[in-house]
Amino acid sequence: MMTAYWGNRRWQHVALDLLRRSMVLLVLIALAYYFDAKTGRFLQERNLRNVAQQNVHILIVTVGMTLVMLSGGIDLSVGSIAALAGAVSAGLIVNEGLGFWPSVVVTLGVGFGLGLVNGGLVVWGRLPPFVATLSMMGVARGLTLLYTENKPISIAKVKAYTFWRRGSFDLPLLGQTPAPVVVALVVVVLVMVLMRYTRYGLHVYAVGGGEETARLAGVPVDRVKLLTYALSGMLAALAGILLTARVYSAQPRNGVGLELEAIAAAVLGGVSLFGGVGSVLGAMIGGLLIGVLANGMNLMRVESYQQEMIKGVVLAAAVMVDMYTKRFERRD
Amino acid sequence: MKTPIVEVRNISKYFGSVIALNGVSMDLYPSEVMCLLGDNGAGKSTLIKILSGVHRPDEGVYLVEGKEVHFNSPRDALDLGIATVYQDLAMIPLMSVTRNFFLGSELTVGRGLLRRFDVKRAQRIVREELGKMGIDIRDPHQPVGTLSGGERQSVAIARAVYFGAKVLILDEPTSALGVKQAGTVLRYVAQARARGIAVILITHNPHHAYPIGDRFTILKRGRTLGTYTKAELSREEMIRMMSGGEELEKLEEELRAFGDQAARGLANAFHEEELSEWA
Repeated sequence: MMTAYWGNRRWQHVALDLLRRSMVLLVLIALAYYFDAKTGRFLQERNLRNVAQQNVHILIVTVGMTLVMLSGGIDLSVGSIAALAGAVSAGLIVNEGLGFWPSVVVTLGVGFGLGLVNGGLVVWGRLPPFVATLSMMGVARGLTLLYTENKPISIAKVKAYTFWRRGSFDLPLLGQTPAPVVVALVVVVLVMVLMRYTRYGLHVYAVGGGEETARLAGVPVDRVKLLTYALSGMLAALAGILLTARVYSAQPRNGVGLELEAIAAAVLGGVSLFGGVGSVLGAMIGGLLIGVLANGMNLMRVESYQQEMIKGVVLAAAVMVDMYTKRFERRD
Repeated sequence: MKTPIVEVRNISKYFGSVIALNGVSMDLYPSEVMCLLGDNGAGKSTLIKILSGVHRPDEGVYLVEGKEVHFNSPRDALDLGIATVYQDLAMIPLMSVTRNFFLGSELTVGRGLLRRFDVKRAQRIVREELGKMGIDIRDPHQPVGTLSGGERQSVAIARAVYFGAKVLILDEPTSALGVKQAGTVLRYVAQARARGIAVILITHNPHHAYPIGDRFTILKRGRTLGTYTKAELSREEMIRMMSGGEELEKLEEELRAFGDQAARGLANAFHEEELSEWA
């Protein structure tokens, strides 16, 4: 009976696929228990909350990066847009006397707009996404330095910001959940629904899987790309606000290298650099894996330069394993 | 006389200094299969890309059911029932059969923010439509990449028929297929014709074109050499026109003029090899 069950190719295929998909998740869980055994406090509630809080902005940026990568592009400007957004939101409140919520709306609008410019450069400027967003990375960073005059804008006294740094919601199941984590959860769930159930989500996969085919089938390819880069820009701006809240001030050098962390997280989570393959959930698991690795190594007092090396090796190894299992699958 | 469902008159198309099409005219009626024949670079792809709204003609008129049209995108052509199945660009291999089937014309339920892809209904329709054409898809969830080439073409044809295509343009649907699979695809073409659909079939293979075709338009270097009904054109003549038989004969003559017997043998061998490729 069992042999008949496993002898069936389809079931073999499904089982292998499931194993491959959950591989990163299994590694994540194993790693968590390993760090807990080594340090005795990794799985304590306080530390887990810490891990979540430390990684909220990376996870949010990774969601946007995943959308762009699924559509076959890349967005290198998210770190700079996050920094600019942080500066703009802090500046609007501190210098212009705007309220917290209006400043958030304007900031998200700025992120959306800069993302649209990225999309426009790709769609109408016909620039490769790498070049378009690399330019935006420089421009947005420059605008940040210009706007802040290379000085941090402190928001330590802004009450609303205090809530989005230290406040929490009492959620069913999860209990007291830090406010920034709740924001990330809402973003992830919304975008997952968007990708799974809407025409837009379907079209993102289609554009990444075969742009010309999608165009010939009547998919509004240009509109899909514009919206995708705009969403990525907006999520980067959201991450910038939360990052500003976390470090008490808008630093002109916030978010340097954030784009690479987001790409690493997405790739680790199974999102293809060539578009069309992957999921938001996978990318989140990839992001958490990087976060857990960093936190665990900190608890174990691993030197920071060694940490960077280990992260690099993990990324390369994970992608190699992924590619190997995929090839294995195809042979079947 | 009936109005043709699709007609082009004196269509020209230039790409820079390259003349892709030079005053081509063609018409097409419901329930017929028109084979578009010609060598590489003869302008077949350009012509079908104009018909399907990818390119706009630089000169000439394009009429659909007697009315002049100007398409800005493939969507415009699709909306008038002109569907094209491209050889390599028919489907996205990474996506499921169902999602491919409804790509660009997604079924949705709900309104406003709650509008979403109706997976259940889509799957039922896919199974039914493919069943009607005798294609048994084991699992509508499976990626198109796991289907065979023949199955992919068949799904693409079924999709076009389901979405109410009046004109079906097939770009080399059988070129990458084995004998049996090509037969399956040609059977679907015949089915589509029986349903009153006008089909334009592009192929390099006279053994696929001749049995299914009702009329044959032959293109050469951006011009038409004419349109023939099956009664006017024997299989041998068609093969000769498709293979550039005249040029081969000329080549043979030239070589003969050199009096080089070996070279002549070579030309013959070349010709035979080509013929055997079709078989």
